[in-house]
Amino acid sequence: MDSALLGSGLPTCSVNISINGENRSLDIPPWVTLLDLLRGPLELTGTKKGCDHGQCGACTVLINGERVNSCLKLAVSLDGAEVTTIEGLGTPDNLHPMQKAFVEHDAFQCGYCTPGQICSAVGLVKEGRARSRADIRELMSGNLCRCGAYSNIADAIEEVLGAEGAQPYKEAAE
Amino acid sequence: MLNESKVVGLPLARIDGPLKVSGKARYAAEHFATDMLFGRVLPATIATGRITDIDVSEAERFPGVVKVYTYKNRPTVAKRESKWKDEVALPGYTMRPLEDDHVQFDGQPIAFVVAENFEAARDAAELIRVRYAAYDPHTDLLQEQANSYEPPVPRMKEFMPPKPRGDAEGAFAQAPHKIAFEYYMEGEHHNPMELFGSTVLWEKDGRLTIHDKTQGPQNSHDYVCNVFGLKPENVVVQNKFVGGAFGQGLRPKYQLFLAVMASLDLRRSVKAEMSRREMFYLTWRPVCLQKVSLAADAEGNLQSIMHHALGGTSRYEDYQENVANWSGMAYKCDNVKISYEIAKLDRSTPGDMRAPGAASGVTALETAMDELAYEVGIDPLELRIRNFIHVDQNQDKELTSKALHACYREAAESFGWANRSHEPRSMKDGNELVGWGMATGFWEAQLSEAEAKVSLSSDGKVVVSAAASDIGTGTYTILNQVAAEAFGVSPQAVTVRIGDSSLPKTSVEGGSWTAASSGSAVQVAARAVVATLLKHAQSMPNSPLADASEDQVEIAEGRLVLQANHQVGVAFADIMEAAGVSEVEEHGKVAPDPATMKKFSAYTHSAVFVEVKVDEELLIPRVTRVVTAVAAGRILNPKTARSQILGGVVMGVGMALHEEGMVDHRTGRVMNHNLAEYHVPAHADIEDLEVIFVKEDDDKVSPIGVKGLGEIGIVGVAAAVSNAIFHATGKRIRHFPMTIDKLLAEPDRH
Repeated sequence: MDSALLGSGLPTCSVNISINGENRSLDIPPWVTLLDLLRGPLELTGTKKGCDHGQCGACTVLINGERVNSCLKLAVSLDGAEVTTIEGLGTPDNLHPMQKAFVEHDAFQCGYCTPGQICSAVGLVKEGRARSRADIRELMSGNLCRCGAYSNIADAIEEVLGAEGAQPYKEAAE
Repeated sequence: MLNESKVVGLPLARIDGPLKVSGKARYAAEHFATDMLFGRVLPATIATGRITDIDVSEAERFPGVVKVYTYKNRPTVAKRESKWKDEVALPGYTMRPLEDDHVQFDGQPIAFVVAENFEAARDAAELIRVRYAAYDPHTDLLQEQANSYEPPVPRMKEFMPPKPRGDAEGAFAQAPHKIAFEYYMEGEHHNPMELFGSTVLWEKDGRLTIHDKTQGPQNSHDYVCNVFGLKPENVVVQNKFVGGAFGQGLRPKYQLFLAVMASLDLRRSVKAEMSRREMFYLTWRPVCLQKVSLAADAEGNLQSIMHHALGGTSRYEDYQENVANWSGMAYKCDNVKISYEIAKLDRSTPGDMRAPGAASGVTALETAMDELAYEVGIDPLELRIRNFIHVDQNQDKELTSKALHACYREAAESFGWANRSHEPRSMKDGNELVGWGMATGFWEAQLSEAEAKVSLSSDGKVVVSAAASDIGTGTYTILNQVAAEAFGVSPQAVTVRIGDSSLPKTSVEGGSWTAASSGSAVQVAARAVVATLLKHAQSMPNSPLADASEDQVEIAEGRLVLQANHQVGVAFADIMEAAGVSEVEEHGKVAPDPATMKKFSAYTHSAVFVEVKVDEELLIPRVTRVVTAVAAGRILNPKTARSQILGGVVMGVGMALHEEGMVDHRTGRVMNHNLAEYHVPAHADIEDLEVIFVKEDDDKVSPIGVKGLGEIGIVGVAAAVSNAIFHATGKRIRHFPMTIDKLLAEPDRH
């Protein structure tokens, strides 16, 4: 089914990519980015296109747990990779803690940069490098938000970091 | 008025939040159909001239390409200009994509490639060979000053400068303290994160369902019907989710025209999405040159205000905005002269961008006020307070409300303004100079015509419908709250349906008027539902409400009851059963009240206090703290309201320090058409922001007492940053954005 969606008579490469825990066998023309694969044939439109140049972060997904701009990855280069998109983190009825924190802190307005911000924030927490609010601001600067929700986004991430027991957020929580 | 709020006024989390954070909210280019085609635009690479040759043969042969459109083969569309005028159209000739061989601005769409997949359309567009006869471009406003003119056809009469009052020149000449400076703002680009896109779903019976990125689905709908001669009932335009717009989505964009054109021609569904580069080519905040002259007596009382503004426009339309009129209503002054002109440039037509006019004009005025405070030798806040005024001198009207004193007081106190030392360059933190600056903000509080439909079903479910838009503003949530309040139900019982051209008529979302207008329409419709219920209840035998009038009843806990005594009433399920209906549905409509408008002006007000820290040697400025106090009438939802102000402040920081549309005037081309070279504030640029809503009761501005919040957050911010930089460094930068190069080049004037 997947290859039929992509097919237009062009030469393709076969890859296996795990997307949100589901193994997908895909025949993909080599010029297709991960972003366009997700947003087009796979209809996973939670991953957003904001610039197509790696400048805005709206397309951020997790590849093998690390945050990556999916517009800068050719899909055929991801054979064997595990991709997690915003749809794989949680659903409206069962939100991931970061998604929940974003809602509570009103960490978005239009919502378009939001999936990228959340994937980036989840990657940031896993990296374990953020020790202060200044760190959060610096390490989240690859994700632009034109609605200007930055301070609320930092609040949401701080809350999750505190709950995860990251230093010094753990001390602050105690 | 809604009294004793139970839902309105609560910081309810956005009801569309769970969809947005889980990627389930679908934006314009995120809809699908089998057999979908993809369109891609080729932008022109000259600013002015003619296409002498356009060779599409290689593109047409590219695998997957279905058709390439240029001016040579564009299908026939409406000719009469009136058919092209959208709801927000301007005086002039509307840009018609692929009209002829003329190029009038860099980036003008000159070809549209339609292919079976996105990649083929994208790559084939690069294979089109174009030859031009390029003319000399005129894109520099400073060079075009001699060709400026007063717009012969006003866009709106409110944008025309007020008649001069008193003798501004004479008073200026005689005053002991005076300043007169020029302020220059580079053009800005909205850059909402979502790219402009349209998905046109073509159905065999000729009907079109269009998902469009717009601030007004009915505006896009009417434009498409008029331009292509389609029956209104055969077209539906939806914008359920809009990934930001800030004014750029007020007028229909060319991808809408092109996608519909191709869909009708090829009889297939078509999706077209702009590239980020294309987002820079049309609808931008115009470059603006202003001269402000202020004079005061020894105590700082304003004796004269003169403000002249010059804005850029295109060759083909006269874009106009209210840049300078603010200077005639902001402070008490009896000698005022205001003028406004525009000049044609070989660029696309500018458009409204967050607080259009005010963002530029108030920045100049409020920087000038700071300059005057230092000339007189008094505190900048004290200067504003001394010149406070309670009426609108421009229009000789009363104000519906003006809680600006409270804004000054509460923001100054929270900021700690009393601890400020007056002298520039007198505060330090390590190797950084510290500066504190402030400004006042103004915006119009407007009510636009709006309709809404509200239904209440016997099981207590409420549905609200209107063709309003939520561009990140919180419309879904606040309309829910107004309806929940009216029927005494929980927000979970309310469904809000907006973003659809087939729903009750609503203006484009702009000017900060949606909450006041659509919110009021929902309340009017809800009251009509209550009135109908009462009528039904009074038809019941032995009705306990037989003698009650509409204004004596309300709904509480599922019953229609007397306000004065909730014991007396009837369950609305019983009322509906007796009337033989399962739901009651009514329309509501609001429009500005001419009697009120004749007597009163209505504005939102704000006070913005900013701290900057500037590296003493490198002069890198950063905004470390902003406190904004806003007087905007009733606040429906403090959580989403606060976010609106935060967003305005962040964009104001961008205006102050980062955002600069750069044009190579030798070629007339935009140089920095991407997000790496056109800088917008990033996480690292935004530190401590505080928002205060002061109490302001206003029973005249709108039926629900709301003034609107979309614009006021940005107004005054750039001036407050500029004033803080002066306080930190002694350097006065009058050319925005205030980038490091300008700071390094500027002598310490203090």
